[in-house]
Amino acid sequence: MIKDLVFFLTGWLPEGIQITVWVMIKIVAILVPLMICVAYFTFAERKLIGYMQLRVGPNRVGPKGWLQPIADAAKLLVKEIIIPSRSNKFLFLIAPILSLAPALAAWAVMPFSDKLVLADIDASLLYVLALTSMGVYGVIVAGWASNSKYAFLGAMRSAAQIIAYEIAMGFALVGVLMVAGSLNLREIVLGQSGLGIASWYMWPLFPLFMVYFISGVAETNRAPFDVAEGESEIVAGFHVEYSGMAFAVFFLAEYANMILIAALTVVMFLGGWLPPVEVAPFTWIPGVMWFGLKTSLVAFFFLWFRATFPRYRYDQIMRLGWKILIPVTLVWIFVVGIGKFYTPFAGFFS
Amino acid sequence: MGIDFKQLYKTFSLQELRKGLGVTGRKLFNKKVTIMYPEEKTPKSPRFRGLHALRRYANGEERCIACKLCEAVCPALAITIDSEEREDGQRRTTRYDIDLFKCIYCGFCEEACPVDSIVLTDIHEFHMETNGERLIDKQGLLEIGDKYEQQIADARHQDAPYR
Repeated sequence: MIKDLVFFLTGWLPEGIQITVWVMIKIVAILVPLMICVAYFTFAERKLIGYMQLRVGPNRVGPKGWLQPIADAAKLLVKEIIIPSRSNKFLFLIAPILSLAPALAAWAVMPFSDKLVLADIDASLLYVLALTSMGVYGVIVAGWASNSKYAFLGAMRSAAQIIAYEIAMGFALVGVLMVAGSLNLREIVLGQSGLGIASWYMWPLFPLFMVYFISGVAETNRAPFDVAEGESEIVAGFHVEYSGMAFAVFFLAEYANMILIAALTVVMFLGGWLPPVEVAPFTWIPGVMWFGLKTSLVAFFFLWFRATFPRYRYDQIMRLGWKILIPVTLVWIFVVGIGKFYTPFAGFFS
Repeated sequence: MGIDFKQLYKTFSLQELRKGLGVTGRKLFNKKVTIMYPEEKTPKSPRFRGLHALRRYANGEERCIACKLCEAVCPALAITIDSEEREDGQRRTTRYDIDLFKCIYCGFCEEACPVDSIVLTDIHEFHMETNGERLIDKQGLLEIGDKYEQQIADARHQDAPYR
């Protein structure tokens, strides 16, 4: 309906531009709610960590503090962006964009429901994997361009960490791929329909589910894997030299990435838009709602982790990535493969 | 050698991480201890050392006799006193300045004072808007003393048994 209206209003334009306009509208329809979610995710984080520490969190700006994220954004917007004189100005300014862009671009293939997906491409899983690993370039470039030793240390830590966890993450996705038999995220979700919660991939792929989520936390540089920032030892890591809006963009990227990882976890292991029980009262709720609900639940874990766990020591992070998560995923890939083709439990693994 | 299966189970079941999450998860629903400062305030001890004041006797005569013990004892050199003989032959201060930026609120001046003239009140919510305001002169100190005399006297009375 809206599509017809848009095409009617732009009827005087050539068809190619009409389609572009329509796609742009769809992009805005995804990005605006996403940005609002990101803003209020920061608020949720501060409130939640506050509550877990027996505080009440921000409650002064607006009713119950609900305007806090807007006040934060306004403050950062009017602040000066300081560019260090010995830095590489071009890279310094491009770095925040490099970290935010992939976090947003990955949403293009996200299936919000059976019909709601911007680009239903065949290899969307591959696309997502490629884009989530692009984000680290923002961090590395920022650290290098700042020409500051702390920023550089942060960038190197981040690079090593991402390499380690990217492999585990990739292997975890190989498991999903084997079970689903498709690289298309929409079909991966559809493969999990049938028995409600029992047919979600989190059961046959439980170890991979865990590994994926842990790697996701590491990938987004969140506590307890936030050594790239490491306030206590390297000040703020890769973004020490950033201020004002450039800093805010890094901040946005981090939170957008968290929501993205949460959404991907939901799509690949928790049945995407499918209701947990496929009977009447649950199926009335639209799929987008289920998707949002599950994503919020997974995103909540990011905050819960931050409120609970102390930061890992650097060598412990490396040990966990290389010596535990990667072997676990490799073993489970074999279990899935053998289980699917050489045992009578094939039904469980598909 | 040999594999410690108990340890292995502990590691892979993420037992301790789950325990930790349990603690924070429970605390999420506990009663919060925050005091909403401007609206709510914590109780203050009668010994609280805040803004300075100079007191008077009940008949309106200022207590200070310009003995300068407070000036001498002040570790931060925040007090400056000048004195002269008044018409009736008594020694009185002509100048009594306290630099609030130098003052460390140790309360030694109050302890040193033989006539309980200089005191530290329990006022801690004060501010300055221009640079010069950090100096309070004799007039200002006496005004504070007059305004909060009841409060000051009550606090001294409460603490008297322990002095």
